[in-house]
Amino acid sequence: MKSQEENGLIRINNVSHTFNTSSGKIRVLDKLTMSVPKNGFSAIVGPSGCGKSTVTRLVAGLLQADEGSVWLQDQKVTSPRPVVGMAFQNPVLLEWRSILKNVMLPLEIVPNNLNMFEREARARNLLELVGLNGFEEKRPSELSGGMRQRASLCRALVHRPEVLILDEPFAALDAFTREDLWQTMHRLRSEEPFTGLLITHDLREAIFLADEIFVLSGRPATLQHTEVLAKRGQKNLDDLYTPEASQTLNTLREQIKIARQNEGRRI
Amino acid sequence: MRQIFSATLAILTFLSLWEVLVWVNDWPNYKMASPSDLWPAFWRFKGLFLIYGWETLWRTVVGLLLAILVGSAIGMLMGLSRFAREGLYPLLVGFNAIPKATVVPIVALIFVGQHDLNTVLIAFMISFFPIAVSVSIGLSTLEPEYRDILRSLGASKIAIFWKIALPKTMPEFFGALKVAVTLAFIGTNLMEIVSPHGRGLGALFDSGKTNSDYPLMFAVLISLAVLGIGLYYVVIMLEHFIAGWAEREID
Repeated sequence: MKSQEENGLIRINNVSHTFNTSSGKIRVLDKLTMSVPKNGFSAIVGPSGCGKSTVTRLVAGLLQADEGSVWLQDQKVTSPRPVVGMAFQNPVLLEWRSILKNVMLPLEIVPNNLNMFEREARARNLLELVGLNGFEEKRPSELSGGMRQRASLCRALVHRPEVLILDEPFAALDAFTREDLWQTMHRLRSEEPFTGLLITHDLREAIFLADEIFVLSGRPATLQHTEVLAKRGQKNLDDLYTPEASQTLNTLREQIKIARQNEGRRI
Repeated sequence: MRQIFSATLAILTFLSLWEVLVWVNDWPNYKMASPSDLWPAFWRFKGLFLIYGWETLWRTVVGLLLAILVGSAIGMLMGLSRFAREGLYPLLVGFNAIPKATVVPIVALIFVGQHDLNTVLIAFMISFFPIAVSVSIGLSTLEPEYRDILRSLGASKIAIFWKIALPKTMPEFFGALKVAVTLAFIGTNLMEIVSPHGRGLGALFDSGKTNSDYPLMFAVLISLAVLGIGLYYVVIMLEHFIAGWAEREID
């Protein structure tokens, strides 16, 4: 058996999925196959409404695929597993808890042998890593959008998940805050490695954060193109302005264009 | 402090306008009692006011507690199950549309002589509806992402309910409870007045009516208002402790 390194810690195997809605059946995924190696970081881009979020829900075990299978750490995903951490566009912090208590939430659910003090230390440590020290006792409503998203990232990582799933977490932020958070992501990844899966509309974000980018076709989504980036792992913002990066950006734009043109032509 | 001042000012203004209105029109006190008539009426029956006031208060509170229990249970059922929501709504609305004054003689007939039970029952019936509706709305409008963050960690439904759904519903619950408090008083007094058994402030009101003691009737109304305000602020205090996070500073 091949290792998760080569074979993929996340494997999506020939997955098709159809939603039953009031206006009939909508096929969102069609024989989708992709994988993310252990400690790799992959981004998924594609036209709006092509089923990108469905992929994250399948990987998280929140949804079962009609056909095909999803594998995490060589185990078939049939229900949610605590090896996953998630962050969404909406930070969904609990307004009645302090930032610290929000970050500690997963530790109350996921089985672990940390005591109260260790849990708190773990949460404080993460908050410091993302630059939120001094805000531990604040309520979410007292923080800016970017700070709330930072706290949401801490909550997604506090139980040391193998996989971090990010569903457009930076989409609602302004450009400067977003770039700050991109760098925070790299810092978090270097501190404690995880396997990342990012859904985004922002091609530059995908280039900056990911090692590999999957372009999905329009609905029903299949894998249309895989872009393996020349520069992987740690990056800085200057890396976005190299000729290679521009080249990649162009390729991705071109691919998205093709995906959108083909949308509607397929059944 | 400023709050107390503004509230006192409003009450004093109201009372003086009332006094002036009666004085200017020269109404006799069988037409409209003035605030200055109330204190003597109250003082004359101060013992009865205390005893009856207590009776009205505890029966209202018990009815209200019952409404919180049953209302929350129905609300949870309707909030968590679409089937229950669609099934129970028409029934609940229909039940709520029945004037409770018409239910009073029926209840009094079913539990004849059980005055405490009757009164508590009417207070409960009139006040559980807003609680049930708002708890069900609070639970059914929970954004799916809130559920997903816990569900993706493998949390049980019970854990999701306790950690997210229940606390998130608290502001709606207290909003409804404030309405229910005043409704429960109406329920208690409805029973005490329509089907008097010689207990509670309603009975005192009734005896004022029989004896044409109009200032006494007004004094009863005022003491009911005072009890209502008191209980309302108890709810406000509870809300502050339990759902204070939902308060926003407004400048």
